[in-house]
Order: sequence, then C-alpha cells, then structure tokens
Amino acid sequence: MTTRPEAAQSLKDLVLVGHGMVGQRFLEAFVEQPGAAGWRITVLAEEPRAAYDRVHLTSWFSGASAEELSLTPTGFLAEHGIDLRLADPATAVDRAAHTVTCASGAVLRYDALVLATGSYPFVPPVPGHDAAGCHVYRTIEDLERIRDGAETPGTRVGVVVGGGLLGLEAAGALTALGLETHVVEFAPRLMAIQVDEGGGRLLQRKIEALGVNVHTGAGTQSVLTGADGRVRAMGLSDGRELPADLVVFSAGVRPRDQLARECGLPVGERGGVVVDERCRTRDPHVYAIGECAMAVDGRVYGLVAPGYAMAETAARSLADDGDDVDGGNGLGEEHHFTGADTSTKLKLLGVDVASFGDAHGATEGAVDVLYSDSRAGIYKKLVIGADGRLLGGVLVGDTESYGLLRPLAIGGKPLQTAPEQLVLPSGLVPVAGPIALPDEAVVCSCHNVSKGEIRAAVHDRGCTTVPEVKKCTKAGTGCGSCVKLLGTIVAEELEAGGVTVDRSLCEHFGQTRAELYEIVRVAGIGGFSELLDRYGRGGEGCDVCKPAVASILASLAGGHVLDGEQSALQDTNDHFLANLQRNGSYSVVPRIPGGEITPEGLITIGEIARDHGLYTKITGGQRIDLFGASVDQLPQIWRRLVDAGFESGHAYGKSLRTVKSCVGETWCRYGVQDSVGLAIELELRYRGLRSPHKLKAAVSGCARECAEAQGKDFGVIATSAGWNLYVGGNGGMTPRHADLLAADLDKETLLRTIDRFLMFYIRTADRLERTSVWLDRIEGGLEHVRQVVLEDSLGICAELDALMARHVDAYEDEWAAVLADPDRLRRFTSFVNAPGTPDPAVTFVPERGQIRPARPDEDGRILTPALVAGPRLEVRTA
Amino acid sequence: MTEMLTRPVATEARTGLVEILDGRTWSRVCPLEELTPGRGVAVLSESGQQVAVFRDRSGGLYAVDNLDPFSGAYVLSRGIVGSRDGAPTVASPMYKHVFDLRDGRCLDEERTPDGRPAVLRVWSVRIVQEGDR
Ligand code: SRM
Ligand SMILES: Cc1cc2nc3c(=O)[nH]c(=O)nc-3n(C[C@H](O)[C@H](O)[C@H](O)COP(=O)(O)OP(=O)(O)OC[C@H]3O[C@@H](n4cnc5c(N)ncnc54)[C@H](O)[C@@H]3O)c2cc1C
Ligand code: SF4
Ligand code: FES
Repeated sequence: MTTRPEAAQSLKDLVLVGHGMVGQRFLEAFVEQPGAAGWRITVLAEEPRAAYDRVHLTSWFSGASAEELSLTPTGFLAEHGIDLRLADPATAVDRAAHTVTCASGAVLRYDALVLATGSYPFVPPVPGHDAAGCHVYRTIEDLERIRDGAETPGTRVGVVVGGGLLGLEAAGALTALGLETHVVEFAPRLMAIQVDEGGGRLLQRKIEALGVNVHTGAGTQSVLTGADGRVRAMGLSDGRELPADLVVFSAGVRPRDQLARECGLPVGERGGVVVDERCRTRDPHVYAIGECAMAVDGRVYGLVAPGYAMAETAARSLADDGDDVDGGNGLGEEHHFTGADTSTKLKLLGVDVASFGDAHGATEGAVDVLYSDSRAGIYKKLVIGADGRLLGGVLVGDTESYGLLRPLAIGGKPLQTAPEQLVLPSGLVPVAGPIALPDEAVVCSCHNVSKGEIRAAVHDRGCTTVPEVKKCTKAGTGCGSCVKLLGTIVAEELEAGGVTVDRSLCEHFGQTRAELYEIVRVAGIGGFSELLDRYGRGGEGCDVCKPAVASILASLAGGHVLDGEQSALQDTNDHFLANLQRNGSYSVVPRIPGGEITPEGLITIGEIARDHGLYTKITGGQRIDLFGASVDQLPQIWRRLVDAGFESGHAYGKSLRTVKSCVGETWCRYGVQDSVGLAIELELRYRGLRSPHKLKAAVSGCARECAEAQGKDFGVIATSAGWNLYVGGNGGMTPRHADLLAADLDKETLLRTIDRFLMFYIRTADRLERTSVWLDRIEGGLEHVRQVVLEDSLGICAELDALMARHVDAYEDEWAAVLADPDRLRRFTSFVNAPGTPDPAVTFVPERGQIRPARPDEDGRILTPALVAGPRLEVRTA
Repeated sequence: MTEMLTRPVATEARTGLVEILDGRTWSRVCPLEELTPGRGVAVLSESGQQVAVFRDRSGGLYAVDNLDPFSGAYVLSRGIVGSRDGAPTVASPMYKHVFDLRDGRCLDEERTPDGRPAVLRVWSVRIVQEGDR
C-alpha cells in the first residue's frame, strides 16, 4: 500500500523520522537549499506535538507553556508543503524497497531518508524500576506525569537517580514542586563528566544549600514498592533505604538506533547509527543526525549544538548531491561534521556551573591554574596547554567569564592575557574585554556564530542593538548563555565604528538617571532648579527630566510630591494623584493591600462610586478602579475614601503598585505559609516608594504559584522552610520570568533583602527601566546583585538599609495630606476662573448599567461634580 | 501702567492679574501668584472656549488652546512645561506630543491624525496691575 498520489511523481520524496530539535533544524536548513523545491517532505513524529525546545523543558514547570516552547514557526510547515504526521512513529525501514512503515500502517516511499530519532532516557534495570511513581525526564508528557504525581496527596519525597546536568535540573524541578528532594549519584561527585573534584565539592554544597539532599558514591539497588504497587522507598548500594514517593530516573541517555539496527545499518558498540563526515549512514540514501547518530570521531553527542551542526551538514549534503545520491561530491570540507564542542552551563536556578573544552586536563602536558574561595563559594580552574593556549576549564559559583573563556578555548589561539588574570574575581583585576577574542572564535555555539559574523552584522548589515543582531545571525537564540558577551561585542563594535551610544537623559542633562541620582545624593541637591543650574545644560527642563528628577528627589529627600517646586515637575497623573483617562477624566484607585478587603470596605467603595456616578472595575492588580471623575470631584471622592480608612493606591505614580497575594495557608489546602499576611506587610512597607518605574510584587503560599509571583519585580513563594525570593519578573510587553535571588529566607532576612534590592535598583536604574530590563543590563547581572544585597560586596548595605528605614518612617498618605492642606487642594479645579464649573467636554453615555466616555459622534451627558447625594447619570438598560 | 501685549509675555512682574484676550474683551484668568512656574491652568473664556495658560520658570506667560488635537481631549493645561532647543514648550499629558508655546505648532508631528495641521491657536495674555483697572 502506498499513500502517494500518482500525479506528483516528478518530485523526489524525503522522509524525516523524528521531529525533535535536530529534526526541525534540519527542515529549516533544508528548505533554504537551492534544490529544495524538487523534494516533497514527509515527517514522521512519535510525539503528539511538533518540535519543541527540549533544552528549556524545565521552564515548563515555571510556567512556559507548550506553545511557548514550540520550535516550529507558525506557517512554516504549510509554507513549505511539509506533511507532518504527529503521533505516527516509523516502525520499520525496508532499504531494498526504499520504504518506511509507520505505526498507522501507512507505507511511505523515499528517495532519501533522514533519521533524527534522538535518545531515550536510560533506566537501570533494577527491580521495581517500572513501578507506579517512577518517571523519566525527556518530554512534555513526562513532565505532566511528574507534576500530577507530585500533586497527588501524600506525595512528599522525590528522589532523582543521577547527579548529572539533567538530574540536577530534575531535582530543581522537584524542589520547586514542593517535594523534599534527594539526588542519588553513583559517581563520587555531581556532574562528574563536566567538573573536577574541587568543583564538584563546591557544587554539592551549593546544591545542598538549595535544599536538595545529595548522596554521592551511592548506587541504586532497587525500587521498593508498597502493598498498592506504588514506590515506597529506594534501596541503595550501601544498604540504606531512602523513603521515596516519586522517582525520576536521569541516569543518562541512549541513542534510539533501533530502526537502523533492524534494517542492517551499522551502529556503534555503545549504540548510535554510524555516519560519515557528511552524516550519511553506510546506505547513501539514509542519513542520521542528532543524538541518534555516532559521528566520525566515534562520539554520540548528547547536546543540541552538535546536533544542529549535523542537521546543517546533512541538509547541505543532501541538496548538494542532487540527482546523483551515490556519487556527488560537491560538499566543501568546511561543511563536514567531524566533531564538536561540548561546553555546558547549568541552567539550574541559583547555581552557576560551567565547563568547557578539555575540562579535566586530559591533554598531554596540560597544567591547571586554580582559584578557589570556599567562603564566597567560588571555584575556577583553567586548563592551559604546554604551549600556553587555553584548553578548557571548570567554573563553579562565578560563571561570569564563561562567555569569554569558552570561545578562547575553542578558538585555540595563544592567550593574550596572563591566565591568572582570567581566574581572579572580576573585582580584583580589570576583565579583559572580548576585543581579545579572535574573529574566528565561536561566540554562540548553539548556532555556530563567530565573533566575526557578529561584527559583520553590526558594520555591514546595520544592526545597532542586540535584538537586531539576534534576528540577523540567530546568535543568542539557543541556550542564551552567550547573550551577555554578544552585548559587549555589539557595544564595542558600535563604538569602534564611531557610533557613540548617547546615554544622556535629555537635552537638559548629559547624565543618565543613575548619575543624577548619585549627584543629588552626594551633593545634597534639594530641588530641580538647583540641579539644572549646577549640573544641567540650561533651559526650562522637559517632560523627560522633570518627572525623572522629581522621582529621584522623592526617593532621596522625601516630602510631599505636590509641595513647592516639586509639584511642577510631576507627570499629570502625579500632579492630580489620579490617572488620566482618554477623555480627560480621571480614575481613582484606593489601596487594597494584598487584595484583602472587608465586606464593609467593599460596600463603602460601592457607595462612593454610586453616589458620584463612577464606573467601577476590578483591576488586574487585585483592587478596584473607579473611573470617570473630574478634577473637581477628586477631593470629594477622596474625602470619603480617607474617612473610611482607605489610602492612595499610587496607581498614578512610578512607585509600588500592588502586592498581589493568593489566599495561602489560612484557607488553601496546599498552602504552607500565610501569604496574605506577608503580602499586606510588604505592601504597607513599600507603599509610596518612588522608583525609576512602577514596582509590582506578589506572594504565593506554595509552589503552585497562584499569585504569579515570578512575573513580578519582586515575588515571594512560600516553602516549608521559609520564603523564596524572586526578582526581575515582568508581565507587560516583554514578559520575563523572575530569577531566584535567595531561597528559604526567614521573614526578617527576606524584608532586609527586598529593602536592599529595591534601594539598589532605585539607585542604579535608568529612567523608566523596570527591574527586568535593569537586571539584564547591569554589569554582572543577577550574580552581581546577589553579591551586593546578600554579601555587601560594595559596602553600601548600611546606607541602603538606612534609606529604606527612612522611607518606612516618613510614609504618609498623599491624599490625606492633600485634604488637610487648602493650598494643595486649590489645584483641583477644572477652570481657575470658574471653580465648580464642570468640564463641558467630558461627557458620558450609559453602557451595561454603568457609564463610559462618549465617543465624538455621540451625544453624551456631563457628570456634575456636586453629586454627593444621588443624582446619577440615568442608566437605561432596555 | 498696564502691560498690554498681543503676544505671549515674558515678564519681570511678580504680582498682578493675568488676563487673556477673548474676541474684543479681556477675560480674567487668575492672580499671577497662583500660577506655579512650570505648570498650567485651564480657563473657560467668556465665549465658552477652553484655554490653557502657562507660566515657565523664567517668568514667560503663554496661552494656547486647551484641546489636544491628537487625542481630542481638553487636557493641554495639565501638561509639563519645558523647552526644546530654546523654544518654550508644553508636552501633552495624553500622548506626549510637544507644542511650541510661542506659535502653537506641534514640534513632533505636522498633522493631526485627521490630516489637519497640528497647530494650536495662540491667545494673547496680559498682566494688569492693581489700580490700573
Ligand atoms: C487598571 C489596569 C487595567 C485593568 O483594568 O485591570 C491597568 C491600566 C493601565 N496600565 Fe497596566 N493596568 C493594570 C494592570 C497591569 C498588569 C497586571 C498586574 O499588575 O498584575 C500589567 C502586567 C504586569 C507588569 O506590569 O509587569 C500591566 C502592564 C502595563 C504596562 C506594561 C509594563 C511593562 O513593563 O511592559 C503599561 C505601560 C507602562 O507602564 O509603560 C501599563 C500602563 C497602564 C496605564 C497606566 C496606561 C496609561 O498610561 O493610561 C493604564 C491606566 C491605569 C488607570 O488606572 O487609569 N500597564 N498593567 C490595571 C491596574 C492594576 C492596579 O490595580 O494597579
Ligand atoms: C531536560 C533536558 C535538558 C537539556 N538541556 C540541554 C542543554 O542545556 N544543552 C544542550 O545542549 N542540550 C540539552 N539537552 C539535550 C537536548 O535536548 C538534545 O541534545 C536535543 O534535543 C537532541 O535533539 P534530537 O532531535 O536529536 O532529539 P530529540 O529532541 O529527542 O528528538 C527526537 C524525536 O524523535 C522522535 N522519535 C524517536 N523515534 C521515532 C520514530 N521511530 N518515529 C518517529 N519519531 C521518533 C522522538 O519522539 C523525538 O520527538 C537537554 C535535554 C533534556 C531532556
Ligand atoms: S492593556 Fe492597554 S488598554 Fe488595557 S489597561 Fe493596559 S494599557 Fe490600557
Ligand atoms: S551559545 Fe547558546 S544561544 Fe548562543
């Protein structure tokens, strides 16, 4: 049986088996080849979904959806007429007949066959290995099963078998799911392939500090089950029994070479379809790429970058051979796949480990240069060749220089810098910039992009930002570990080209916001005029510098934002302490700390809205917004709100907005801490704090994360041992998942850490720079911030603490203060020469039982300001 | 003496009553001291027009339409006063378009979304001293 329509016989048939990372990359590379149009492509996929990013699989647990992980661009398959058959694996290959049989029974003819079947997780054949509660970690479905298992009541302890890169990632996931987590590793240290003994010791301490229990030098003897057949414990080779409710096997992978084996193609001793430097198997019509293939150097690569390189080689080779599959030899040697770099960097939250090149010093005559500081948790080893070249290295605790060192090692050029300079912490010696990198050094190994190509993207193709370079070269779009270096190279290239990156705030100030902050702080400047006269370039100021300086003055000097000269600097929203709406009316948002509100509070807000005829809506920040107020109405509305105990919610300010909470331990059956109580405490502590951009926070009562804390500037997630603090999250236009700054903090340490984090951000961020952008921009990134706020590496913590203490002490409700002061109240009139006259241009019409602004073509009605008892815009519902 | 000008005024005066010319009559705005340097106020003219009156930090007084032609909302009086290349300006609080306060022209875009020239009407302002009236 054949499923091919007879009509299209002139096209040649390409069948790809496996739609994983490498398979998709092969398709992308193949369709770009000149001859691709002559081929009809069919893809057989075992999984129920198209190719996705397995490298970032773990981020599924922190919220990345299957769609976000997808690697298949929308429309890609349709555009190239690719027939993708999901959940229909290939079951047999008949090389003589040139056919593939699928599970569905279909038989496909091929002119060329590409195997990209990847690997399967190796599960040691110990007794009980297939009991209920045992899992592997390879596909989205595996993760769904692990999550469901962890959420089954009574599941408390998780054990990961294998302490390699993947095992540690799995362990991180189990901890995040709220399980007590153990890692059992047969070798005497963690990540034995990548790190040496010294690095392994430090790594183990760091992993343990994250709350994961590590058992090295221990083999898994058996999985013990209870009466119900479920996992109960793990029997170790040293005789111990480790209680366990859930087991994840992560003891390495094996190539899926069964199809090849069964059709008589040679495979390696330890598996892997044997291929030549063009990725062809012994049969010239059959190719094998990715984790299922054994390359000419005899290795089976378990990383994605070598797989991508193979995909490209195979795509070129196949297209190149053209009609003559047996003889063609047009493929240049530079496109041969002969081996690849196996550098790695662990993505596990909170632990930095990297290993590159010849990490173990296996090369003849190699020597080590070592820096180790157990107190600071840093271990760095470089392997230097007899000829002075950098061969490889291991970095634990500080992987800052990974981006720079890896290309140096892979490039194989003699070092320009003394090796000891390269291992010392960045504070002690100036770090050598990437200028020291030769052009041929590969900066992005995921996509094999050299420094020279990045430079060319800047000076030949006109890219001026990192996102543009990413788009143009693909560099930085894989594992992401090269992005920082990419940024430095782009900046240096721009500078070398005479493009000065102008960082001045506006035409009135040549400084950045952070520099102005320092000037105001050090010189004790009290006002805008003084700052402009002494440090500016003259003029009146503008809508950029005035609000920015107002925010700095408010953060540093305090005082009411509407006092004296300060009042003239505020953005319109701050000027009226309310949010301007599209028709010139304002919205009012009272603070509802943590989203907790009494029935009386709700009734009061309802009554005020009703009496003033305002539109009400529940916001995305767990509070209530009242819309449609005129400037004249604001004080009356606030009089009643303040009397009822409400305060300004600062919805208008670049300051703390909300601290969202989930209901937490008090009510929720899964909660482990009082998340509402903490959210309220945080909201009251930081309310009114003026900052470079708005600040949002959230507290979740357990790892299920119902308050979405990892999407906030600072987010707290309860653990059974304390609180995990995440920073730098963002929703909005460019969402960013927050990074774990510190784990299992007690409340006092948590508050102190947040205090310092916020004050350090306020001090160093640019104008309108959210914490997410700031964290990605500042030199040293998260690790630097961690050192500053947890280890006081800059010696400024006492100062940051004092500033926050002053903020907390000096806080007063802005609206209560306005109402108490006739001078401040004066500005709340629509017309200076006709106080009390409502703005005739602001009109409304009814909709769904409330008001909304009238559109230009609608005949709306004015809302009269003196509406205290009753008169409302008539609402007709019929 | 009455300072009377048909252009925006720059003045050394510290007190007095600010007025704008509405057709043939001068309408009262407010005492000069009530204008915060760097900010504006909205005025309802006798003929029912909305005017935005500003005072900048160096003492200049300006009056233009209150209607922001880009958003269709009467909000320019609530914008921030500034300067661009020496020209006194106001930035609309709605979508931040900047207007030259001397001639009312938008410095960011020449036309409004409906295709009309983006120019605000400029009103004459004066300061009347006590006793001159
Ligand atoms: C009222 C509200 C929508 C609603 O009806 O639910 C809202 C309304 C506005 N948002 Fe928002 N945002 C609201 C929740 C959010 C959220 C959800 C949240 O906080 O959990 C987000 C995504 C989370 C985040 O910020 O990371 C959000 C992301 C934005 C952004 C994009 C920020 C970014 O970093 O990309 C802007 C634009 C900006 O700030 O530059 C924005 C700006 C605005 C402005 C201020 C636009 C403007 O200039 O007029 C809107 C007017 C507020 C007002 O009260 O008149 N709003 N906005 C929500 C008020 C929450 C509150 O109680 O304070
Ligand atoms: C959690 C995790 C983290 C990782 N982190 C990193 C990292 O940081 N860096 C790194 O470089 N690598 C990492 N890897 C490894 C990386 O994911 C792999 O190297 C890469 O996915 C290999 O691509 P592939 O296409 O060869 O195999 P896969 O992506 O596994 O794709 C093979 C596909 O073929 C399908 N298939 C198999 N047999 C058949 C059949 N008979 N018919 C049809 N379809 C079939 C499979 O179902 C699968 O979908 C990680 C892997 C995991 C699981
Ligand atoms: S999403 Fe856009 S329209 Fe909706 S509230 Fe936010 S800013 Fe306004
Ligand atoms: S090295 Fe992985 S994205 Fe560049």
